[in-house]
Amino acid sequence: MIGEKMADHSTSTMSVRDCRIQVMRGGSGSPMLFLHGGGGLGIWLPCMARLAKKFDVIAPEHPGFGASDTPEWLDNIGDLANFYLDFLDQLDLRGVHLVGSSLGGWVAAELAVRNSTRLASLTLVGAAGIHVKDVPQVDTFLSNEQQRIRDLFYDQDLAEAVIASSERPELEDAALKNRMTTAKLSWQPRSHDPNLRKWLHRIKVPTLLLWGANDLLFPQEYAFVYQQLIPESQAVVLPECGHLPQVEKGDEFAAELEAFIDNQKIAA
Amino acid sequence: MKIFNFHLMPYRHADLDAIGKHGTAWVTYSNRDYDPQKGAELYHEYLDQMELADKLGFDGVCLNEHHQTAYGMMPIPGVLAGALARSVKRAKIAVLGRALPLLNNPLTIAEEYAILDNITRGRLIAGFVRGIGAEYHAMGINPAYSQERFAEAHDLIVRAWTEPGPFPYIGKHYQFKYVNPWPRPYQNPHPPIWIPSQGSGSTIRWAAQMRYTYCQTLAPIAAVARFFQMYRDEADKAGYQASPDQLAWSNTIYIAETDEKAIREARPHLEALMNSFLKMPTEMLLPPGYTDSASMKRVRAAKIVGKPQTIEEVVKAGVVMVGSPNTVREKLAEYQDLAGFNNSLTKTQFGTLPDDMARANMAAIAQEILPHFRDRLPQGTRREAAE
Repeated sequence: MIGEKMADHSTSTMSVRDCRIQVMRGGSGSPMLFLHGGGGLGIWLPCMARLAKKFDVIAPEHPGFGASDTPEWLDNIGDLANFYLDFLDQLDLRGVHLVGSSLGGWVAAELAVRNSTRLASLTLVGAAGIHVKDVPQVDTFLSNEQQRIRDLFYDQDLAEAVIASSERPELEDAALKNRMTTAKLSWQPRSHDPNLRKWLHRIKVPTLLLWGANDLLFPQEYAFVYQQLIPESQAVVLPECGHLPQVEKGDEFAAELEAFIDNQKIAA
Repeated sequence: MKIFNFHLMPYRHADLDAIGKHGTAWVTYSNRDYDPQKGAELYHEYLDQMELADKLGFDGVCLNEHHQTAYGMMPIPGVLAGALARSVKRAKIAVLGRALPLLNNPLTIAEEYAILDNITRGRLIAGFVRGIGAEYHAMGINPAYSQERFAEAHDLIVRAWTEPGPFPYIGKHYQFKYVNPWPRPYQNPHPPIWIPSQGSGSTIRWAAQMRYTYCQTLAPIAAVARFFQMYRDEADKAGYQASPDQLAWSNTIYIAETDEKAIREARPHLEALMNSFLKMPTEMLLPPGYTDSASMKRVRAAKIVGKPQTIEEVVKAGVVMVGSPNTVREKLAEYQDLAGFNNSLTKTQFGTLPDDMARANMAAIAQEILPHFRDRLPQGTRREAAE
């Protein structure tokens, strides 16, 4: 089982300009760049293994997170968006299916607004980046670690399993680093940039808003507001699913993503 | 030793049971519990106490700054300092805020302090703090930029006080085409700068290098002694010998005829401070980025936040001094010699302590403590002992 998982991807370090980052990569086909959320890169997920059968799945660990460098220049989400434009240039990736979860979704939206010439499609998953009025959201910075994990999932048995696996001292440094960078990037204005929504119309690639129906961090109203703001976009809401569909509903998540990308090919 | 009357101005009518159920008196504890009628009375009660401290011979009065909490009603301490600037006739007025990083325009602090310094004809002590973690939740300021903003705001304010304006200031967080505040401070070159901290190594080092007075907040005396020795060591490294005048310890004193009576009387009020007003979750006290990973891990490992404490425990640890005049005199002298400070920032009202008891306590301190310490310097050989 582990050997099989190991075989379908590799983990390596690369430098983009002055910044060394860790990258998981596996599969072949069109490139699919997966941008993680504030919790960090995490593991090579079963859905990534499935998607790697059709795509060249690339999952970098953002600057400021985990094993990647924390560069002096990292101050805001725009810095990460520009960093990933450099990343795409350096790897000379074209026809990229860009997927971003949570804070990574915000980065992806900012990137696509700036320059989508290397993109074939955009998928935002439980994405931060905009603010929707009068939608209650949990304050992840005031919750303790266990509550924070419980709030991520619809399935509370899964939450308990994640809590159990997260309580390992060797993970503490990375977890603190991730929290610190997440605060730096998203504390104020909380998890959004008031300027982003003004320019989302510039995203010219087909866009999927893929959300968990029970997302407590960025509830599904966010998907529908994003849908109104991005011209060629559609929203899909997965039932009985929290903030991380790629973890909680990996198969449905991969299936929706595959169907969305297949439809673009037919349309083309 | 200089003894200051340090006030937190707690909302002492707060519903302690409700705070207990909610888990904290900070940030998310609803201000529905604030009754403006009672609050107005409290402001007058506390300002009257500060004026009494001046008349009783305390060397100064101290205000502080916290936001969105029943713990203290001084989110804008300059307003209270302004109310005292003409009625406190002799004592120093120490503002042990202002939390520089919380301000998007720190030039207003240069202005505010300069006004106070002018009105008091040079009796202002200018505190600069980062604020505790809770303020970053309350004020919507990114804790990950707290240290950068503090450093930049400090530089801006000191330059605004000492360099003839107008001049431009272009920093990362603050930018001004014209820095030229009127008035300039009364004291030359500027009011004494005091740096309160919970004991951060980097803050102690910086304060020692800058020769600013370091104020240790609520801590057991053994820890206080350690932090003050760090300050003296850092001063040595910076090439000078620190004076005990550069060290201030924030404490609490309550005096009654006997130790037993003092403990009995102070207990509910002090335990309300320790266990209700001060209580907050770790996530509130230490938001990510507020301090470095190493300090964060130390605090998490120690699990020190939120443990209920009894008055006996805080007396024994030397966080507070409660007892007969003789006991308190002995303890204060012992602690002064142990830690080597020459400023005591003493809370005489604390927690839910009512006005009559606070005033009686102040009078007792004025009579039984102040005269004995007026000319007292730290004794002993701390330097050698620390080596």
